[in-house]
Amino acid sequence: MATSTPDLADPSRRDFLYIATGAVGVVGAGALAWPFIDQMNPDASALALSSIEVDISAIQPGQIVTVQWRGKPVFIRNRTDKEMQDVKAVPLGDLKDPQADAARVKKGHENLLIVVGVCTHLGCIPLGHQGEYEGWFCPCHGSVYDPSGRIRKGPAPLNLEVPAYSFLSEKVVKIG
Amino acid sequence: MQGHSTYTPGTAFERWLDRRLPIVGLVHSSFVSFPTPKNLNYFWTFGAILSAMLVWQILTGIMLAMHYTPNDALAFASVEHIMRDVNYGWLLRYGHANGASMFFIAVYVHMFRGLYYGSYKEPREVLWLLGMIIFLLMMATGFMGYVLPWGQMSFWGATVITSLFGAIPVVGQSIVTWLWGGFSVGDPTLNRFFSLHYLLPFMIAGVVVLHVWALHVVGQNNPTGVEPKSTEDTVPFTPYATLKDIFATSVFFVFFAWFIFYIPNYLGDPDNYVEANRLATPAHIVPEWYFLPFYAILRSIPDKLGGVICMFGAIVMLFAVPWLDTSKVRSANYRPLYRWFFWILVIVAIGLGWLGAQEPKDWYVFISRLLTAYYFIHFLVILPLLGLIETPKPLPPSISEAVLAKTGQQAHA
Amino acid sequence: MNANSKRMVLLRQGLLAVGLLVLVMPAVAAAQEAATEGYLPTIVKQSWSFAGPFGKFDKAQLQRGYKVYKEVCANCHSMKFVAFRNLSDEGGPGFTEDQVKTLAAGYKVQDGPNDAGDMFDRPGKPSDHFPSPFANEKAARAANGGGLPPDMSVLAKARSDEKRFPQWLFNAVLQYQEYGPDYIYNLITSYGKEPPVGVTCPTGNYNPAFIGTTPCLAMPQPIQDGSVTYDDGTKPTIDNYARDVSAFLMWTAEPKLEERKETGLKVIIFLIVLASLLYFTKRRVWSNVAH
Repeated sequence: MATSTPDLADPSRRDFLYIATGAVGVVGAGALAWPFIDQMNPDASALALSSIEVDISAIQPGQIVTVQWRGKPVFIRNRTDKEMQDVKAVPLGDLKDPQADAARVKKGHENLLIVVGVCTHLGCIPLGHQGEYEGWFCPCHGSVYDPSGRIRKGPAPLNLEVPAYSFLSEKVVKIG
Repeated sequence: MQGHSTYTPGTAFERWLDRRLPIVGLVHSSFVSFPTPKNLNYFWTFGAILSAMLVWQILTGIMLAMHYTPNDALAFASVEHIMRDVNYGWLLRYGHANGASMFFIAVYVHMFRGLYYGSYKEPREVLWLLGMIIFLLMMATGFMGYVLPWGQMSFWGATVITSLFGAIPVVGQSIVTWLWGGFSVGDPTLNRFFSLHYLLPFMIAGVVVLHVWALHVVGQNNPTGVEPKSTEDTVPFTPYATLKDIFATSVFFVFFAWFIFYIPNYLGDPDNYVEANRLATPAHIVPEWYFLPFYAILRSIPDKLGGVICMFGAIVMLFAVPWLDTSKVRSANYRPLYRWFFWILVIVAIGLGWLGAQEPKDWYVFISRLLTAYYFIHFLVILPLLGLIETPKPLPPSISEAVLAKTGQQAHA
Repeated sequence: MNANSKRMVLLRQGLLAVGLLVLVMPAVAAAQEAATEGYLPTIVKQSWSFAGPFGKFDKAQLQRGYKVYKEVCANCHSMKFVAFRNLSDEGGPGFTEDQVKTLAAGYKVQDGPNDAGDMFDRPGKPSDHFPSPFANEKAARAANGGGLPPDMSVLAKARSDEKRFPQWLFNAVLQYQEYGPDYIYNLITSYGKEPPVGVTCPTGNYNPAFIGTTPCLAMPQPIQDGSVTYDDGTKPTIDNYARDVSAFLMWTAEPKLEERKETGLKVIIFLIVLASLLYFTKRRVWSNVAH
């Protein structure tokens, strides 16, 4: 006889079977979802391009060179003595994101500042040698950075990011 | 308690929603309380399997489109990029390419089931027609998808199939040039095929909604072909049919997984791992396996226009099946003659498929003609005549009594 | 009534005969074809470590294969979809990242334009793809007497068996997916054989394994015993070279083969467990309905 109520004779065994089936089904759905999500992460070819080498010998004092790293601009700034003195003179307490200039450069190459050229506010590219401190000025929302790339005024919350880099020789820097 | 309840909104929110958009009630009546004949066999699970395949193809397809480049200079390389660099790219691509084949396996089983049990007969004609539209859209989608990897077989398959339209008198060549967007298959062709390959699955999904709607108006056919007479004959769709469908789908996916993970290139053509070269045709052009019977019909006719007409005719004729079959009895279980002709048709279709993959030499062409002729005779002559001369077996009075007779027999044996 | 049933029997027998005829047709056709067809390549199946559901590449073999490719094949054949970094990928030849760096630096790769707008050569980096031996197809043809050495990235998947009945059914069940390496192995080891009477190769070289309309191909015998020195003591024979480079080319064509087969095993076991649970659930739900 047709009825819609499944067998209720042994509720515990029935429940176990239903719960086990449901649980295995949910695990399967979860495992299946992962490839669909992970395919949007950077692929192997993008990960392989994660470092570049730059010749810095031709960068004049006061000059900013822009290179591309991981699809983003990186500023390499050969700072003048005055710029370095100015940024060192700023008390840390005056900074929104306190960090000493010395912590943002490599020892023995203090003149060379390497920062990712992306405003920490919403991702625009700041303009060099502009703004109140002649560091960078972001035209999008008015964030002002000093020649150490530190945020001084405006909506950006953090200093310009210093990427991982190392000197392969006096002339060549490896970024990434 | 028969369980064919109607939906009554329980909570305050459900009542609020039900007055504004009775969607829960709609889903309930279509997929929960919907009365399902209780004697359906596993051939009736292929509708659910097809739905699962459509969702799978759309999902993997959208993911692949995130990495694929529809440009004649970059397409082949972008597929290799998917296979080598993209996370799980190999799984998405093999899953999608083999998914197309699984989709067609399932649709052919579904269609032959319909033919065997007479599921197209009054009042299910519109249901059958909508299904045929889905089949046509699937063929168009499958064909254009095969062009996208831009291998040798993609390119020459596209050239051969689009050239079919050149057989149309007077305007043929203009139509072909229009389809190509140039004077041969090229970058514009690839771009439009990509665009349409992305569009058509959503059209399929739309027609599937109509197909399911039509199904729920007329109800499901069943192995006896006798309409349910009382609630004794049916069970509610959920949990009975849903669980059976999910079980069958999981078994089908074991079969599918075998192809994806162990023989992913088995159904593909090795020539498609050679980048498209417009100056060299591969020695042996074959379409994907699911087009082979129709391809064999095309090649068996020694005239270009005639071949094209027969090939398209072989498909279009299926639209008329509800009116070509004159028998009032649905299920072949009660049609002793039709049953034989049905199985011969299955063998002829497989035979044509096999012939479609062979080189068109004399002896194959002769057999192809024989089978092509039989294919048309089956639908145009045998189907109408059988209804007039055949003496069907007596039909059971109801599904329940048929089931009782069967289970009784089993108990006896 | 009686006449009617007699007619039925006759009809049934007739239909049965037609059905049988259609069923045996492929076998008859195959026999007919084998008797009439002129040239069929001779490919002898080999055993490979990467065949079957648990197949894995032999890392040492891939490294040897790479050496053969680099010193012999790469003179004419490009490999444009494979990057140096792939050589240290999981499921590959198993070079270390440092080895790959050194190995990549041994190649010259064109880069640029530099600040002056010129292209320049520099040592390869792991992220570079294998440089092609010829600048373009025309240059490749010009240097090879009109023939184009095919790109080798996916070559092992671009050659396959004619799908003959009923062998292709067994291939699906037995997971035979190694036709490509079988073919490459046979091709390399089948040079120098005496052509049968009446077969000549006016242009090209006789090779009874070659897939084509004739057994003649443009590529001359590419390698001799001793052409490449193996570092691991493997005998420097044509047979070993052919075997190793075929395995290497299977890897370049299908670098995710190991990951695919490992995932497949898990997926299939999972699906079988799920299907069994669903089966019992379904049975239980249906247990009180006669159907």
